[in-house]
Amino acid sequence: MRLEPREQQTVALSFGLPMLALIFSMAVCAGLVMLSGASPFQVFGLMIKGAMGSQFALLETLTRATPLIFTGLAAAVAFRAKLWNIGAEAQLYIGAVMTAVLGTGLLPLPWPLLWPVLMFSAMLGGALVLSIPTLLKTRFGVDEVVTTLLLNFIILLFVSMLLEGLLKDPMGLGWPQSKKVIADAQLPRLITGKRLHLGFVVAIAAAVIMWVIDRRSALGYEMRAVGHNAKAAHFAGIPVNRVLAKTALLSGGLAGLAGWSEVTGLKGNLTLDLSPGFGYTGIVVAMLAMLHPLGVIAAAIFVAAVFVGADAMSRTAGVPSYIAHVMVAVSLLAMVTAIMLTRYRVRWR
Amino acid sequence: MTAVLSLSRISKRFGALTANDAISLDLAKGEILGLLGENGAGKTTLMNILFGHYVADEGEIRVDGKVLPPGEPKAALAAGIGMVHQHFTLADNLTVLDNIVLGTESLWRLRSDHAAARRRIVQLGEDFGLKVHPDAVVSSLSVGERQRVEILKALYRDARILILDEPTAVLTPQEAAGLFDTLKRFVAKGLSIIFISHKLGEIIDACHRVAILRGGKLVAERPIDGVSRGELAELMVGRSVPQPKATARQPGATVLALKAVSARRGQLALRDVALQLRAGEIVGIAGVSGNGQSLLADVVGGVAVPDAGQVRVGAEVLADISPRQMIARGIARIPEDRHAEGLIGDMSITENVVSEGYRGRFSRRGLIDWGNARTFAETVIRDYEVKCPGPEARVRLLSGGNMQKLILGRVMAEDPVVVLANQPTRGLDVGAVAYVHEQLLKARARGAGILLISEDLDELLALSDQMAVMYQGQLSPLMARDQVTIQQLGLMMAGQGFIHVESIDAA
Amino acid sequence: MEALEILFTASLWAAAIRIASPLIFGTLGELICERAGVLNLGIEGIMTAGAFSGWLAVFLGGDLWLGVAVAALVGAVLGLLHGFLVVPLGLSQHVTGIGITLLATALSYYAYRLAFPEVTSPPKIEPFQPFPVPVLSDIPVLGPALFQQTPLTYLAFIMVGLVSWFLYRTPAGLAVRTVGENPAAAEAQGMNVTTVRLLAVMAGSALMGIGGSFITLSAFNSFFFEMTNGRGWICIALVVFGAWRPGKALLGAILFGLFDAYQLRLQQLAGAVVPYQLFLMLPFVMSIIALIVMSRRVAYPRALMVPYRKGER
Repeated sequence: MRLEPREQQTVALSFGLPMLALIFSMAVCAGLVMLSGASPFQVFGLMIKGAMGSQFALLETLTRATPLIFTGLAAAVAFRAKLWNIGAEAQLYIGAVMTAVLGTGLLPLPWPLLWPVLMFSAMLGGALVLSIPTLLKTRFGVDEVVTTLLLNFIILLFVSMLLEGLLKDPMGLGWPQSKKVIADAQLPRLITGKRLHLGFVVAIAAAVIMWVIDRRSALGYEMRAVGHNAKAAHFAGIPVNRVLAKTALLSGGLAGLAGWSEVTGLKGNLTLDLSPGFGYTGIVVAMLAMLHPLGVIAAAIFVAAVFVGADAMSRTAGVPSYIAHVMVAVSLLAMVTAIMLTRYRVRWR
Repeated sequence: MTAVLSLSRISKRFGALTANDAISLDLAKGEILGLLGENGAGKTTLMNILFGHYVADEGEIRVDGKVLPPGEPKAALAAGIGMVHQHFTLADNLTVLDNIVLGTESLWRLRSDHAAARRRIVQLGEDFGLKVHPDAVVSSLSVGERQRVEILKALYRDARILILDEPTAVLTPQEAAGLFDTLKRFVAKGLSIIFISHKLGEIIDACHRVAILRGGKLVAERPIDGVSRGELAELMVGRSVPQPKATARQPGATVLALKAVSARRGQLALRDVALQLRAGEIVGIAGVSGNGQSLLADVVGGVAVPDAGQVRVGAEVLADISPRQMIARGIARIPEDRHAEGLIGDMSITENVVSEGYRGRFSRRGLIDWGNARTFAETVIRDYEVKCPGPEARVRLLSGGNMQKLILGRVMAEDPVVVLANQPTRGLDVGAVAYVHEQLLKARARGAGILLISEDLDELLALSDQMAVMYQGQLSPLMARDQVTIQQLGLMMAGQGFIHVESIDAA
Repeated sequence: MEALEILFTASLWAAAIRIASPLIFGTLGELICERAGVLNLGIEGIMTAGAFSGWLAVFLGGDLWLGVAVAALVGAVLGLLHGFLVVPLGLSQHVTGIGITLLATALSYYAYRLAFPEVTSPPKIEPFQPFPVPVLSDIPVLGPALFQQTPLTYLAFIMVGLVSWFLYRTPAGLAVRTVGENPAAAEAQGMNVTTVRLLAVMAGSALMGIGGSFITLSAFNSFFFEMTNGRGWICIALVVFGAWRPGKALLGAILFGLFDAYQLRLQQLAGAVVPYQLFLMLPFVMSIIALIVMSRRVAYPRALMVPYRKGER
């Protein structure tokens, strides 16, 4: 078999194939659900109900989508420039650490001052974490995939160390957790009494800003050029290493914001289970969105719905909630295949 | 006449393009058949079908009367067809022996018999005059030696039909003559050969018979005796392409000067290179591929930073060498590899034409003015006759000639002081070649200094005012075109009578 | 002083070899894939799936070696999936590999929860027991360190020799190396690049699966979540550290095991003075340092991560 570039990418293909990919991943999961003896229709029904069947469910989904929008944007912007940032998990935690260090009383500022300071320092923390692998890539040619992955483990241990030491809440009954952030650091809830918080609005704004950068700015152009063909970009005078460094700052900064938003908007403090793999899931979100910043919003909501729905479903139907992880992984693989097929046709001889 | 190989009515289409249109061709035992055609005429496609890289849409191939199964290189090899590709298919980090033996032993064997293979390679080398050390790593070999390995690969498998795709492109004229002798020896031993080329002289020198392809069709077959160059040229091109002629012109002030420039990249090195280029002249650099021309081009293009020496543009000695610096000084750069360096295939024409100037006139406060960029793209498309669906088309879908026109449009727009043209016509058809030549001459007439690096001596002799030869990273002194012969250049390219010039007083 | 004395104890070296064993399998597996030009970031998930499936086979009443075989088979199947997506379809090896890891891990966890919905303490099996090699195990220090290991460890060492022999002495090994260096060269000699690459990725992934099974069938006796704990990523670093050569990779794995075993003992020695997390970080930090040190010197397979499309040059 052989792949031939398509001369035109029709709209039908560009929409149809990704839809097929999602249907395919649902079919795979239906098969797995049947293994457990449950009815796939019932299970999917429960998942949809659990994810968006009520105001509570819908708000829960959007709350879960918030960090995924940030990490999804982080992956999307990096992957555009072919900077393989698999370390959003670590960057998220460092963003959260910065928030916990500065937001728990060290800086007694009123909210209009404290918010930007915390946001900036969370971004800075995340950005610095990604700068290390990026520098190793540009200076020594060390593959950033492996280094960002390894850094995830290092940073998580580092956070664990802080939570049992410097940042440990003396009132925490021995649990490894930080103190709560002060009231001026906390983000307000969007609807009183519900969990959805202002971080969601910030995430949407971040996506819009990234979209403008991507489409209109010189930096966005540089990142795309470097991603498509770094050698040609260098030849044309685009400073490839500097572009990669800027990409790392943006990407790491966005992942750091995820940590800030979770701590100040939702959890109130830093714990070791702040993120159930938001960093890794962000990769899936970015790919499902085909790296489009606005698409990230939709993809994050979809993925969040799968997780929230599966949690609710497993409580009633008894099918393990890990089915959500399977569905997300299958849809990632199916989606990259679908994207390829919109650009190439398969010829069997 | 018994045909060892016969192609009948082979057709192959790629989308809307018909690369091969019902081609029928016979090869006799002990014959050297020339396959002549310009770039894009369908020669390589035809041979890729013969060798099983592609499957023909229609038609069949017979070897010794038996049908060859399509799409299987393995079957072609088993039938005794050996192919020497234009771009060598050797694994550089493996030894000569590994490269030759690969695929000749059963994959289920628990042990390779290296000793027997080594003996056989040495023996073949002696029989056919193709000596090369079996245990040498390919990356340490010269281009000529690599070609020998390619031929040995075929002989090792007892090939009876040998296909050589543009084999002389990487050789000096003398080496090419040596290759023709070797080929005569092969046919004396009963082999049959297809010799693919777009150079008329070589076909006449090397072949017994010639088949001419044009636009995917077989337009003529002729015995070589009694055929004239003019007749072949007309058959090959099928239309008259006026060759642009240079008018005499007095060169002006020095626009580019290199003084004792040394640089290194992997195994390539430039050693104490001195060069002077004046306004309104074309300086041609000849040399066998791999002797440092690409590194010289990279230094002038700003891609490679020299370890020592001076680069002067106009009156200014450059302190910092980078692509951006060179663009800012008015150096128009046409790279050797359009796909890898010249353009970004997955981006649009608009995005590609602004890749050098996006920070300047196409952007305001960090935001790109895409309307302005698009207008410029439309201007380039119109002025440089780029055939394309529109400025939003992806560059990957353009033909080689149109890609080159696009690059010309991008770099020539700002009236350059120096034009660096590295292999600017490689792989282009006759019409596109003439177009590129015309553009270079126009730039010369406008007063630009042009540094033309090429492996095609005919091209260099046609365009250059002065010429120099590169050999093992060193550059010879400049010679006026009317004072050198092709033989002389060939010898210098092989290192004979080569004089290195340390520095010129370019005061 | 005590810290130095530890270095000369047999138990340290025995632990080092034990820790190295799954890494040897994983590194060899990754090495074969990369030699054929395919980066396999599925390794972390494939090891997890191997650990789970091998353990499950034994738990359901299978022989220990059947468990190893099942782990290899599961590895090969996941390898086939990765291979199919990145070789004939030419998808990004980075993204696909991460996807395989997510998928294999999720499937293992899902299956585990499906099989044991309500367990609080993980079910146990009877794992491989140490098998002292007659005579050799009586050598002082060296004997207990090297020759009182479980059979799977011996298999790991045998595998290093076999993979070396395969790559450098057999025609099939030459084919694998060539498709990783220059696929066009392989095709010009009549090889089917796609098939060679697919088979290499499957074989390599099978070894990763066995490496995973070592964790549940030899090192521990039950399966729990997050038990692969980054070993797969460390294997990828070890391939680079070993300059894509099996012998050097073995050396790297042992060095790594030694380091890990040593830090565990130092940790006990240091008590509560130094946070234990610092010690746990060291293996990962060392992997990054190894990557930096080796980055400039090595001859990596030239066609690594370059998809091959027939007839395209």
